Amino acid sequence: MDILSLFIVAPIITVAVLLFAKNLNQSRIISLIGSLVQLGMAINLMFAYLAERASGNSAIMVFTKSFVWFKSLNIRYDIGADGITVFMIILASIVVLAGVFISWKINDLPKEFFISLIVLATGVYGFFISLDLFLMFLFFEVAVIPMYLLIGIWGSGPKENSAMKLTIMLMGASALLLVGILGLYFYSSPDGALTFNILEISKVNIPAEVQHYLFPVVFIGFAVIGALFPFHTWSPSGHASAPTAVSMLHAGVLMKLGGYGVFRVAMFLLPIGAKEWSWFFIILSVIGVVYGALAAIKQTDLKYINAYSSVSHLGLVLFALLMLNKTTWNGAIIQSLSHGFMTALFFALIGMIYERTHTRDVRELGGLLKVIPFISVIYVIAGLASLGLPGFSGFVAEMTIFVGAFQHVDLFHRVATIIGATVIVITAVYILRVVGMMLMGPVKKEAYNLLPQATWYEKTGVFLLLIPIIIIGTMPLWISDIITESIKPFIERML
Amino acid sequence: MNLETILKMQNELLLVAMLLAILIGEIFTTQQGKVKLINFTIITFAAVTLIGFFNQPNGDLFGGMFHTNSLIHLLKNGLNVGVLIILMQSAGWLKQDLIQQKKSAEFFMLLFSSLIGLNFLISSGDFLMFYVALELSTLPVAALAAYNAYKRQSAEAGIKLILSATLASGLALFGISFLYGSAGALYFDDLANLLQLSNLTILGLVFFFAGLSFKISLVPFHFWTADVYEGAPINVASYLSVISKGAAVFIMMFILFNVFKAFTSIWEPMLYIIAIATMFIGNLFALRQQNMKRFLAFSSVAQAGFMLLGIINMSALGVTSVVYFVLVYMFSNLGAFGVVQAISQKTGKENMDDYNGLYRTNPMLSMVMMLGLFSLAGIPPVAGFFGKFFLFTAAAGKAYYILVFLAVVNATIALYYYLKVIRAMFLRQSENPIPHFNNDVFMKIGLATASAGILILGLYSPLYDYIQSISNLIFN
Repeated sequence: MDILSLFIVAPIITVAVLLFAKNLNQSRIISLIGSLVQLGMAINLMFAYLAERASGNSAIMVFTKSFVWFKSLNIRYDIGADGITVFMIILASIVVLAGVFISWKINDLPKEFFISLIVLATGVYGFFISLDLFLMFLFFEVAVIPMYLLIGIWGSGPKENSAMKLTIMLMGASALLLVGILGLYFYSSPDGALTFNILEISKVNIPAEVQHYLFPVVFIGFAVIGALFPFHTWSPSGHASAPTAVSMLHAGVLMKLGGYGVFRVAMFLLPIGAKEWSWFFIILSVIGVVYGALAAIKQTDLKYINAYSSVSHLGLVLFALLMLNKTTWNGAIIQSLSHGFMTALFFALIGMIYERTHTRDVRELGGLLKVIPFISVIYVIAGLASLGLPGFSGFVAEMTIFVGAFQHVDLFHRVATIIGATVIVITAVYILRVVGMMLMGPVKKEAYNLLPQATWYEKTGVFLLLIPIIIIGTMPLWISDIITESIKPFIERML
Repeated sequence: MNLETILKMQNELLLVAMLLAILIGEIFTTQQGKVKLINFTIITFAAVTLIGFFNQPNGDLFGGMFHTNSLIHLLKNGLNVGVLIILMQSAGWLKQDLIQQKKSAEFFMLLFSSLIGLNFLISSGDFLMFYVALELSTLPVAALAAYNAYKRQSAEAGIKLILSATLASGLALFGISFLYGSAGALYFDDLANLLQLSNLTILGLVFFFAGLSFKISLVPFHFWTADVYEGAPINVASYLSVISKGAAVFIMMFILFNVFKAFTSIWEPMLYIIAIATMFIGNLFALRQQNMKRFLAFSSVAQAGFMLLGIINMSALGVTSVVYFVLVYMFSNLGAFGVVQAISQKTGKENMDDYNGLYRTNPMLSMVMMLGLFSLAGIPPVAGFFGKFFLFTAAAGKAYYILVFLAVVNATIALYYYLKVIRAMFLRQSENPIPHFNNDVFMKIGLATASAGILILGLYSPLYDYIQSISNLIFN
């Protein structure tokens, strides 16, 4: 078994074992072991990747494996990894593990909950490692469908509607994606040897007029899950209704599929289309960035605040990708990672607060710093990371993106960058507003004084997410070196 | 008649022999022996199905009226497996209701007559055989639809089906007469060479197409579908939606590709429009359905629209994707229908609201239903995803990207109503849910076979490659 296929096999084995679990305790222990193994595998993968690169392997993708699946259509099980993939897998495995910890006390149908969670993780891992568009599409849908059950069964509030809206919108996006993939497939070879393989398609120059039509289709297909304005509407309601671990996975990992797909498929395979259309999508993403941040100011539900903040942060990822410049690309990937850990942390904390106070309305909360100091302090740290305080990951990411974006000297890019950069201030406003209302001041309700402190499993989950934020914030060069190495083929192809 | 002739018609002859055996067995069994007769029939039919998988000779019979090749064998085997699943799913119903009404053996005879008709239909090599087989396959089903004699709806279903079917076959016959009038031949091979593009032949094509469309329930010939499915016994509805539709789609594709291969400029736009109309109307009507049978009826209308996406690409790719999809669709729909049957038989409940909280009382049934619905919706990793993807590939191969897009939009609409059932089963809770119950052995095997088919058919690629290799042979 090769090092990458394990990421599909290990979760499947976990699910298979989970089927025999009888109660909550067994389910969570099995999921814990499964996700610990996955995290171990992810860290191992990183070292293996570094060793491979150090030994002089300069292929675009390493650890590649290829098996024929459907021979007549040349659908293959093609997998491989570069630095971006490795980081995304690490992100996913950490968030899944943290999610298992945060769901330690799930009461209703625990076995089914963990099965859905791990199936989702399988889809995410599979998506990141696939080099075959068919495979990628398959895993994309595998990752989306469990969301329906996860939100619908274990969610809160208007969960049925939110779950349905999310699923239908994401599957509708995959409708576009499917058309795009088929388009790529039928233009993948001039001599009739059609292929779904990304690396092989990248060697073919698809005619410019085809790219003109294909790029927006593929781009939107992926960008919907990356919360591109105006297709972001599934995200706030979905996040708000989802149970804690699912919000974490959803915002932390699932939404990254969008940016990753846009970069790896839409832009890498359709470079001419990307250049042609970048202005249009830059406008949309800048609107998303500013609008998301402004909307977050007005919200009173903690989860909505974070959901809109996700829209804003992920808008920045798309903005950075579309700037078509290697510094911003670097920033986009760091932003993806940073946002993944940060939002997951936020949602974990919000879940803890909600579990204790049974409200997510900031107006009803107050003075929590005095009663649940651990959770509150971590919330402040996460907030500071989110608003881009140096030393945390958010600063590195946003800094890189805006420095890169400013390298474009023409008016359009300058204006877009300046408008986009206002988000730094607006983010500070909504973060500090929440911190002020919720954590500072007098304790609003008598009952809050009796709130229990964070438990061991909550603390473990929180630290798991906090450590990478600090690592990215303090050792950005090490990470950006690996990323720079991996975006070389993109640079050669597009710049 | 020599041995080779017999072997070529092996499947049909075995079915006829079985039918006669049931007829004789019926005479000699007492009322108590009827249960044994039911078990005997199912097991014998399982044996017949198994025999079908052994190698069979290809070729023509009766001067080309009857012809067979590997693809047709495959489809016949598929139909046999489908009918076997249906029989297993209806064993409980037969034993519970029909023995008292003293018509369990007739059920088998009618069903097998219709199946024989379908076998001849997909093997037909000329329009005469085609027409006879069409009648043979349809008329018994009308009797079956009216099988719940004491239910008004069932009688209505029977009448509706027979009226629509006779009108449809009348139309088809009318069309065929035009073709005969202009070309002077009825054999498919002769017609392919003789038919000239003229108003008369186009009219013939259209009438023939309309007649067959009734059987596939394409829009605008779908009006009978929902009422008949609702009134008929569930196993008859699943027979109509799966077996009869699958065979009809195949023969439609076969005739379009062979007889009318010079007419692509006529029937391609026709299929294009009908595919869009069928998908949209089927899906939009399915959105509001509460009765599970009506719901599955409209879903099967929509699915028929998807099948046209494969037919529109006249190539080996098109043939492969359609045959593959028909097989996949068969298992998926039988999974869903089987669960509806099991629940309706034990509790008499057929509405979507009755399914609220089903997962908590009957987890296995809910899982089978979920598999079936996911497969119908085209969610990976179950077979339906692959089936749909290949159909879309076939249509995209002809550069019909808009059609593919509309089809995928429809797949999303369809996902909404399939999720509604999943929502009822998994998300909602009910004050008086359907209590837990155990199914009989046959039902369990039937559901397990359908689920296994749904799971394996997609991930296991050699089947698809096998179909592709035969279609390549046939197409050259």
